[in-house]
Amino acid sequence: MVEADGNASLAIAVRGLTKTYGAQVILRDLDLRVAWGDFLTVFGPNGAGKTTLMKVLATLSRPTKGEVRVAGFDLSKNPAAIRRNIGVVTHQPLLYGDLTAFENLSFQGRMFGLEQLEERIERTAGLMGIGRYLGHKVDTLSHGMQKRVSLARAILHDPPVLLLDEPETGLDQEALSMLAEVVVSGERGRRTVLMVTHSLERGLALSNRVAILTGGKIAYQEERALVDEAGFKVAYSRFTGVTL
Amino acid sequence: MSTNTMVRNGLLVLSGAMMLLSLYLIFRWVPTEKNLGVSQRIFYFHVPLAWAGFLAFFFVMVGSVGYLWKRTDGWDHMAYSAVEIGVLFTTLMLITGILWAKPVWEVWWTWDPRLTTSLILWLIYVAYLMLRAYSPRGEQGARYAAVLGIAGFFDVPIVYLSIHWWRTVHPEAVVGPAATSNLYSAMFITLMISVVTFTLLFICLLLERLSLRRSEHELEAARDLVETLR
Amino acid sequence: MTGFWATVSALVWKDIRAELRTKDVVISVLTFALLSLVIFNFALRPSPQVIPIVAPGVLWVAFTFAGVLGLTRTFVLEKDRGNLEGLLLTPTSREAIYVGKMLGSLVFMLVAEVVVLPLFAVLFNLSPFRPGLLLVMLLTTIGFTAVGTLFSAIAINTRSREIMLPMLLLPLVVPVIIAAVVASGTALEGGSWSEMAKWLQLIAVFDVLALVFSAFAFEQVLQE
Repeated sequence: MVEADGNASLAIAVRGLTKTYGAQVILRDLDLRVAWGDFLTVFGPNGAGKTTLMKVLATLSRPTKGEVRVAGFDLSKNPAAIRRNIGVVTHQPLLYGDLTAFENLSFQGRMFGLEQLEERIERTAGLMGIGRYLGHKVDTLSHGMQKRVSLARAILHDPPVLLLDEPETGLDQEALSMLAEVVVSGERGRRTVLMVTHSLERGLALSNRVAILTGGKIAYQEERALVDEAGFKVAYSRFTGVTL
Repeated sequence: MSTNTMVRNGLLVLSGAMMLLSLYLIFRWVPTEKNLGVSQRIFYFHVPLAWAGFLAFFFVMVGSVGYLWKRTDGWDHMAYSAVEIGVLFTTLMLITGILWAKPVWEVWWTWDPRLTTSLILWLIYVAYLMLRAYSPRGEQGARYAAVLGIAGFFDVPIVYLSIHWWRTVHPEAVVGPAATSNLYSAMFITLMISVVTFTLLFICLLLERLSLRRSEHELEAARDLVETLR
Repeated sequence: MTGFWATVSALVWKDIRAELRTKDVVISVLTFALLSLVIFNFALRPSPQVIPIVAPGVLWVAFTFAGVLGLTRTFVLEKDRGNLEGLLLTPTSREAIYVGKMLGSLVFMLVAEVVVLPLFAVLFNLSPFRPGLLLVMLLTTIGFTAVGTLFSAIAINTRSREIMLPMLLLPLVVPVIIAAVVASGTALEGGSWSEMAKWLQLIAVFDVLALVFSAFAFEQVLQE
């Protein structure tokens, strides 16, 4: 199971998170709790702070104030442990175009100090359906295929928590269905997912919880089963002032 | 009137008075140097400017270290403000140096260690200002600048050493400033008073700039708030 | 510590692998350095008597500016696809990332320098393959890339990054450039080690200070 340095009853626990750039406040006293095994999709208009929230959780951006724990680890004390336990997919593929898919994954594996690397790469590539393309230079792969490699890269170290920043841009239908598979592929059980997006359809389809981020705060959070699409649209326009 | 404003106004008056005294001493009181003639009087501006410039860059280093350590805006404000004033003083120091060099050494510029180091110093802190202008706003830019503020300060002695060695390797007729150790006492007094004056002027300008920067900061915050509310 | 060097070697391996495929950095550094040598020859029109005096300077100006170009290039490759972010998502220490990137740039620059050297010899009628000169090149390039890696990580995040890197880097590396020019001159004239000792020491001290400071400061630069 997950080694923890404290209370690991929640996959993600955020309290009073504030992030400012200069005088500009992006996240304002934000609270967020995600239980193990949940698939939470966070919706929000542009500039609501979705990407910033992701960057803070991914240890890329230091919070101005507040307490953040991911997989039980305190962000301010042990960011390296958090990095071991999260897989991140962003708008950018995070791949080296001049290297082959295999070389990219192998580099990633060495940076994580993974054991039995080749086996692991084979297994992950099989799961993502990129086995035949491992020897191809990433630049020569199609956009959708690159996305798969980048998903494979994100789960190579078998992280229990996935952070997906609008991963569906460029993912084809097939790869999307893989996302569902990726979620249950964890060696340590079902993965916890936090996804931010502004695409209503896909977000609702995959998740079991939904939330709305606006004005730097989580304004709304609900069980997916308790809200239908029409109801969610009403809530969305009420909290954000934007109609979907 | 807040204490802060009172202190600043007091300093302004004091350094103004000191400046008048210095001007009197420099142009009326101190005797003309025998060998160098009347042009030597620029020395009473040149040296204090150099001193105040170095002092400013010392403040930059302290502010930069403080910022990387504590991450509070105050340290960064101090470093940034001190750079602006330091660059101003160093620019004036270089200009007065060039003006003085022409009549005394008959060249505008010589690659003497002190001159060359001053020029490099100036370039480093001009780069600092450029970096601030081109960096992302806020915390990120402040961190970049702090790194340069520290690196620059500790690099300067190495620069000086290397240029010093370099000039001794090529022993040309070095037209450097003659040793100024046995200064005539009236000259020494004038110089010291001028140094004190420019130090006061530096502190005065720094406090003014700091208060202005705080206002800029508040204005920026207010503007962002308006932007968010709209 | 094994983790540290495993990361460093993974980074260097990755950079060399990609470079072998594109030869982007080495070729741009090489071409630029060569062009500088040629232009200098026109600009200075050195007579045979003058060559020993100007040649070391010409060589180091060429290396310095070409080096700036190369350093910008290596970080542009990391930045433009968000790969730097990818590196930061790995649990490795930031010092390891610094050392890995620095060693990569060092290898590319040294390769380019070693190729430029014979061309320099031909163009300026000199015999430059002396151990003294090679040592000066190695030490100077270490110092240059040590500071350069730190400041290209800064410059890459600014607007007009191409101008920012030379603005930041060149004033700071003045001591090593001076030392390199003087020591290279001594080496080319067949001077003894003792004549070069003080300059080599200066460069070595600079290298150590630059490496320690940069490794520490790199972490500060990478956070967002």
